[in-house]
Order: sequence, then C-alpha cells, then structure tokens
Amino acid sequence: MATVFFTTGLRRYTGGRDRVVIEARSFRELVTALEARFPGLREPLEGIAVAIDGEIVQEPLLEPIQPGSEVHFLPRISGG
Amino acid sequence: MSEPRYKWIGTRPIRPDGFDKVTGRASFGADLSLPGMLYGKVLRSPHAHARIRSIDVEPALATPGVKAVVTAADLPDLASEAVRGAETQTDFQDLSRNVLARDKVLYHGHAVAAVAATSRTIAERALQAIRVDYEVLPAVLDLDAALADDAPILHEDLRTKGVEGADQPTNLAARIEIGRGDVEKGFAEADVVVEREFTTRMVHQGYIEPHAVVAQSGEDGHSVVWCCTQGPFVVRAYCARILGLDPSQIRVIPSEIGGGFGGKGTIYQEPLAILLSRRTGRPVKMVMTREEVFRATGPTSGTRIRVKVGATAKGKLTAAAATAIYEAGAFKGSPILPGSMTMFAPYVLEHVRIEGFDVVLNKPKVAAYRAPGSAMAAFAAESALDELAIRLGMDPIDFRLANAAREGTEAPYGPRFGRIGFVETLEAAKRHPHYTAALGPDQGRGIACGFWFNVGLQSSAAVNLNEDGTAVVVSGCPDLSGTRITLAMMAAEELGIPIERVRAVVADTETIGYNDLSAGSRVTFATGMAVVEAARDVVRQLSARAAAIWEVDPQEVRWEEGRALPPEGAAGKPEPLGIAELARRAAQTGGPIVGQASLAARGAGPGFATHICDVSVDRETGRVSIERYTAFQDVGRAIHPGYVEGQIQGGVAQGIGWALGEEYLWNSSGAMENPGFLDYRMPVASDLPMIDAQLIEVPNPTHPYGVRGVGETPNVPPLAAVANAVHAATGRRFTDLPLSPPRVLEALDSEE
Amino acid sequence: MAKIHVEASVNGEPVEFLCEPRASLLEVLRDELGLTGTKEGCATGECGACSVILDGRLVCSCLVLGVEMEGRSVQTIEGIASAERLHPLQQKFLEHAAVQCGICTPGLIVAAKALLDHNPDPSEEEVRFGLAGNLCRCTGYDKIVRAVLDAAAEMRGQT
Repeated sequence: MATVFFTTGLRRYTGGRDRVVIEARSFRELVTALEARFPGLREPLEGIAVAIDGEIVQEPLLEPIQPGSEVHFLPRISGG
Repeated sequence: MSEPRYKWIGTRPIRPDGFDKVTGRASFGADLSLPGMLYGKVLRSPHAHARIRSIDVEPALATPGVKAVVTAADLPDLASEAVRGAETQTDFQDLSRNVLARDKVLYHGHAVAAVAATSRTIAERALQAIRVDYEVLPAVLDLDAALADDAPILHEDLRTKGVEGADQPTNLAARIEIGRGDVEKGFAEADVVVEREFTTRMVHQGYIEPHAVVAQSGEDGHSVVWCCTQGPFVVRAYCARILGLDPSQIRVIPSEIGGGFGGKGTIYQEPLAILLSRRTGRPVKMVMTREEVFRATGPTSGTRIRVKVGATAKGKLTAAAATAIYEAGAFKGSPILPGSMTMFAPYVLEHVRIEGFDVVLNKPKVAAYRAPGSAMAAFAAESALDELAIRLGMDPIDFRLANAAREGTEAPYGPRFGRIGFVETLEAAKRHPHYTAALGPDQGRGIACGFWFNVGLQSSAAVNLNEDGTAVVVSGCPDLSGTRITLAMMAAEELGIPIERVRAVVADTETIGYNDLSAGSRVTFATGMAVVEAARDVVRQLSARAAAIWEVDPQEVRWEEGRALPPEGAAGKPEPLGIAELARRAAQTGGPIVGQASLAARGAGPGFATHICDVSVDRETGRVSIERYTAFQDVGRAIHPGYVEGQIQGGVAQGIGWALGEEYLWNSSGAMENPGFLDYRMPVASDLPMIDAQLIEVPNPTHPYGVRGVGETPNVPPLAAVANAVHAATGRRFTDLPLSPPRVLEALDSEE
Repeated sequence: MAKIHVEASVNGEPVEFLCEPRASLLEVLRDELGLTGTKEGCATGECGACSVILDGRLVCSCLVLGVEMEGRSVQTIEGIASAERLHPLQQKFLEHAAVQCGICTPGLIVAAKALLDHNPDPSEEEVRFGLAGNLCRCTGYDKIVRAVLDAAAEMRGQT
C-alpha cells in the first residue's frame, strides 16, 4: 500500500481529495488503480514525473513501488 | 564520520582541453568551413504581429549565386504534439512555427524564409529580394494588453489549460497551482503579513557565441550537422521531427560551445541548414548575428509576481502565497511551473499556495535560462521575506534558520527532501566575516537564498583502455563548464591511475549512446554516474584478466591504486599486475577492454544557496555598485573545486547583471531597441569585485562521489540579494528590476 | 567592386591576400587566412571576442577593415604562444581555471597581453578596467583577473 499525494491541479479529478492510499507494486499498476478509482486521472498523468519517497524518477513506467512509499507527481524539469 | 580520502577528487588539475582553448585551436560552431560551402541567412519579420498573405521567393531564386530558398511551405505542417520533458519547449507544432512562421508572424524578428547562396553578401541581398505581403495586426506587447478582454489573439486555437470550461480563444495559455494546506487560515495566525508586487523584465542568457551550424547532406538522405549546442541528441530529435525525417538520418556533431545557460537546448537555424543542404547538395553554414540572437532566440520571461507572506511575532512562517504571471513570448511555454515550485522551496510551510499564469504575447519565444523561472520567483519571495524579517526585528539569517527546510521537510510541491545542505549554507554565512564587516555611508548589505532541483536524466558513457594503460572517457554531453576534466577525474579515481593518464572526449550522436542534454546541472552528476559505472566495469574486466593469468577466482582479486593484487596463497606468489601491463596483455587474455554504462540517473540532490551582497549607491547618479559578494552553496562534493567556484561566480555575475542593468527595451511597434551589447548591459570586469564562492559540502548519498549539481543554483539568489542590499543602503524597497541608474535615481529623488 | 590586394604581417609571418573592400579584419583573419582563433561575438566592437593587436595597439578586429592591414603587423591569439611553449598568460588562465566555455578566452588573452605590454605591474583595478572591453559570461571575471595578476607577477620575475 502506498500513499499517493495529489497537487492542487490534480484534485479536480479526485473530488478534492489531496491523498489516497492505494495498493500497487509498480507505477504502471498504480496508474491503472488510480484510473479505476478516479476516472479521467490517467490522462493528466501522461508524461509526468514522479517522486517516490523523495527520489524523483523522470520516466516511472516500470518503477517498483514499495509498501509504505509516499508518491508525489511532478512535472518533468530539465533545467537550463 | 571521517571524510573519505581521495587521490584526485577535490584537486585542481589542468583540463587537457584547455590547451586548445587558450591557443585559439578549439573549434566552436562558426569555426568549421567545408569545401563548396554555401551561406544561409534568414529573412525576419519586420512586424511584431501580422498575417502572412503571401511570400514570393522568385526574385530571390533568380538572384545569381542563390541556390535555394525555403519557407514554411517546405516543412511538414505538424499537428500539435507535446514535447516530453522540457518546461519551456512544449509543443512540436509551436517549435516548427518558430523555426519558420506559418500563416502568421508573431514577433519582430520571427523567421519567415531562409536562403542559401555562394556568399554571405549575396545571401543578404537575396533576402531583400523576397517579397512578403503582410496584413499587419495590432501587437500585444505587455501582460496587461495580453490579458485584456479585447486583446488581439495570437493563436485562435489556444485555450487556457488548467481552467475548467475554458473554450474561448485567449492569450492565457495555462493556469497552474502548487500548494497545500489553507493559506487563509495561515495568514489569520500571522502577527505580521507582508504583501508586495514585483516585476522583472525579459533578459537574455547572453552567451558570447552566436548560434552557428554547418549542415552537409548526402545522396543517401543522411545529413551531418555540426553546431554549437547543449544537446546534440536534442538537435537530432527536434530536427528530425520538424523536417519529417528519422533521427537515424541525421548525425549531430557538437562543436565546442561558447556558452548556453539553457538557451542552446533547443533549435533555431539547424533544421534550415539541413533543409538547405539537402536541397542544394552542398554544405550550408548559418551563423547568427548578435542582433538576431537578441531578436529571435529565447530570452527568459518578464514577470509580475504578487507575494504574500505571514509570520508569528516569534518569526515562524505561517503561510506563503503568490500569484505569478510569466511571459511565454510568441508561443506557450514559460518556466512558470518550475518558478512556482522553487519560490518558497527553502522553507518549512504548512500552508502555501502559488497560482501561476503562462501568457503569450508578441515577443520572442522564451527558452530555458539557468534554473528557469526561479531567479524571478526568488526575487519576489526573498524580498518579501526580507521585509518580513525587518518588521519582526529579526536578523535575516536567523529568520531563515528558524524556517529552513531540512532533511524530511515537505517541499511546497510535494515530496520530502532527502539529505540537503541549506541550513549549513545559512550557518556558514552567519559565521563568515563578511556578515559582520563594517559598511560605509550609502552602503547596504542584503541576504537572499535560493534553490534548484537539479536533474538526473539519461546518460551513456564508455571508458576505453588503450594498449599502454591510459584511458579515454567517452560521453555525449557537451562541455560547458569543465565537465571533461571532472569526468576524467572520476574515472582516474576509480581506475586508480594518475589523472594525466585519462582523457575525456565528447562524442556525437553516432559515436556514443543516447545522452540527454547538458543542462539542469546534471552532467557531473548523471554522466558522472555513468562514467563511474563504466570505469568500474573496466576494473572488473581488468581483475578478471589478472585472475585468468594467475588462475584464481576473479572474486578474490583486489584492485588498488591501478593494480590488481593477487589473493593470499596464490600459486607462485605472483607480483601485482599494473594497469599498463594488463592493458598490454589484453589481446592475449580476451581482447580489448572497454567499459560501458548507460542509465537514467536518479537521486539528483537539490542545491541550496545563501548569498551575502554589499552594495554602495551613488545618490547623484543612481548607480549601484557591488562592493563585496559571498556565495555559500551546498555543492555535494566538489570534484574540481576550481570549476565549481567558477560556476558559482558566473551565475552570480549573471544575476547581478539581471538585477542592475539587463532588460529588453521595446519600441511601440514591438521591436527590441537594444539588440547589442552596448545597450543590453551585461557586467564587465570593472563592474564586479572578486566573488567569494564558499563551497559547502553535504554529500549527496545517491551519487558514488556525493555529487550534487551546482551550475544553476547560483543564478537564483542574486536578484534579491542585490535588491535587499539596495534597500538596506537607501531605505527604499525596490520591486521593479533592473535597478538601473535612472530607476534608482527616480526613486531616491521622489518623495516617500 | 574588385578585390584589393593586401600585404601585411600576421604573427610575425608575411601574408598576402585579396579582400573585398567592405570586409573587416576579423573576416579576413577567419575566412581568408584560416585563423579562426579570433572570434565574432557581436561584430560591432562591444564584446572584445575579436581582439587583436595591430601595430602594438589593442583593437577590435571587427571595427578594422581588412584593407587597413596593408603594410601593418597584426598579432592574434595564434601568435601568443611561442613554438611549443605557452605564454605565461595562457598558462595562468589554465592553472586558475579561468577558462570555462572558452569563447572569450582568445580575446581576453590578447587584451591582457596588450595591457601587460603597456603596464607590466597593474593593480587589480587597472586589470579590471584594462579588460573592461572583453565580455565573459561564464566566469564572473574573478579567476581571469587573478590569472592576469599572477601572470604579470611571473613575467616580472616575482613568483
């Protein structure tokens, strides 16, 4: 079970909820589970980066998620 | 915990590529010429906003010496498609239309056509022969005009992203929101609240080398591109998309690069040079003039940021809120998102909300500039916090210490920080003699802090062992700041050999695996990680060769200081085998020894900084002079301290220029009035004192050598550090940059 | 207009070439003579990347016409080092890490040499004003100034 946090921008898909606890062992599973719970959430998560326990992963598709992890969605940043 | 003792890490060897640079041998973008080469030039719009009714290129084609002319009609008409992962370059359709205008020109200087001719003179003459029929439209030249109800619309199909039910054409490209908690509640808990609005102007990255490219195409449909770029793989990918080619049809060879700072992470003339070379069957060289660089390459956004911060009488921040409006230029995609995310990142905040707006207007499309979006955001936040500390009667560093983010603090944009060194920079600043040094009349001291994420992204590297035991490190990130020597130092450390026996080279898109661009303060971190892994691969192979020679288990062979050591009890008690000996015997023991690694680096550690700036203000001229500057930054571990200091000093200098003199000046028709270094006033040597760069090392645990990116953070605090210092010197709070003499004088002369 | 025949001396060697009347010395150096060490940053005399020494005087080669070279001598970055040995300025720039991207480096070394040719013992302020015609965007000038002061001391035999 991981705790997933939603930025204010994503909360319109989650009925205002700022976090949810979800069962998932990988990012791919997480997105599927989130879409099932909050239809329409998959689309804004396309091309997004993710921070799992503070560590930012730019391309998280196959990223494993440990139980008890904190997951935040972030825009991809590349810098200058 | 004792500090690890390194042989090379932390020393200051001379960079081998430096010899070519001090003698003029180093080859930059404009230095290559090929036999039969043509010269390309771009026709640029004289209007800030106009519809293109028609373009007649025949008179140009008829000019003797002109070999080809292209317009947007010669490029595929791309559908809207998001570009992955670049916060200012967001859509391939926009990118294509910035390369060559289609249907409309959207800023003065917008590229309309390109010619290739046998000389620069003929190319320029040909441009004048092209007839463009424009329907001039009213231009939108500032944020208020862009957001007015009756604003002329730049893009009929643009709808505001991030707003429910936004279905009308607009210049507001996006609304974003970052935050958590309840800021109203937080402000209600505050004893002191400061609310101010700040404005900054469009400024340019200011690299001294104009964009330059040479493209050559073959009958097999393959093009070779030589250009100055921060990202050869980006040039390949973007050009392929713009031209409707496969990436494998384009080879990009990066030249030495004369500065980038984010501005050379995208494309401008490169696809035009390729197209012209394919059309003509000859190499085509295109070099921008300085005027073109200013008029038509990405500056960074002018901004308007309203900030509200509140704290208890004891100095605890209770809430922070901001509304930030950023100029995107002619196409959507300002750095509003990273700017908003970094604005209050150094502080612990339960209640924080930043609302951001991305606005298009008839100015050049903005590009990334060193910690994109953050310097302006920090100017607003750190100025407001400065005012808050003063009203609380608190020392500015103590105020920040009381609210400083630490390991485990939740960033305003969500995740918790890992091991960071912000507090260490504040404490170092407080302890430093600069903080308590005496000040003269009309002098003042300002403090400001800053943050940048730093990124990881993808890198590929190889470490090739030569037959004499020397090594070559091959990677694909152009060297802006001295990364070749830092990569070589990490390889030398791993291999245990002298730094003089390791060379590093930057390869091209066909001679090394994929590398993301040199930006985001990532090369020493991410490419460094790949180099370390590749070097460890070499060590594993060398150990295996020694094991084979000694007929022992490879697991029992130790590698130390460039030698394989046999295990205790090995038959015949063999002597250690050095790298040169093993390299010499590589052919007999299994073949060439090459280490390779490719990875998507993770765990990039963010960079925090605290800056102290002393200024003196001449009340007669309004001139602000920097008297003393000390920058404290958590650099993780400085592989080569000389180049880390250099990056900090350079970032500070750019920030000082941004604070004191740099701005785009516009006439009423939307043309830039100061597209040259005389009137676009960047700092020169006589404007600055020595810049003291204090390297605070809080190693990043995710990197084998503790590396944290360093290049961008230095650009973030100076705007506010200077403005806060000017406030201390004059008692006036300046909320509009730059603090050029006329502005300062006007404020000083006016009544309170 | 017909090209003009010019004879001059570059880095101690006689040269001759044809150039367009409107061509700048910078263009001649780079395009005719293949000396690409001198750089174009602005072509309007404001960045100093094109600095050369013309008859002992520091100039921006973008502000000098190629035809003005007739009978005169020019020293460029390519002529600063002697065969196989760096000039102390070049050596110090490397030692002090005063070179980052390197685009301004040729112009700065030439300007620094011109400065030291006229003033072998400059103060920090004199160095800063002496180099105020050369823009650098990477270094903030700190290490450049240190390198020039250090080179000057070495050249005076004081290190």
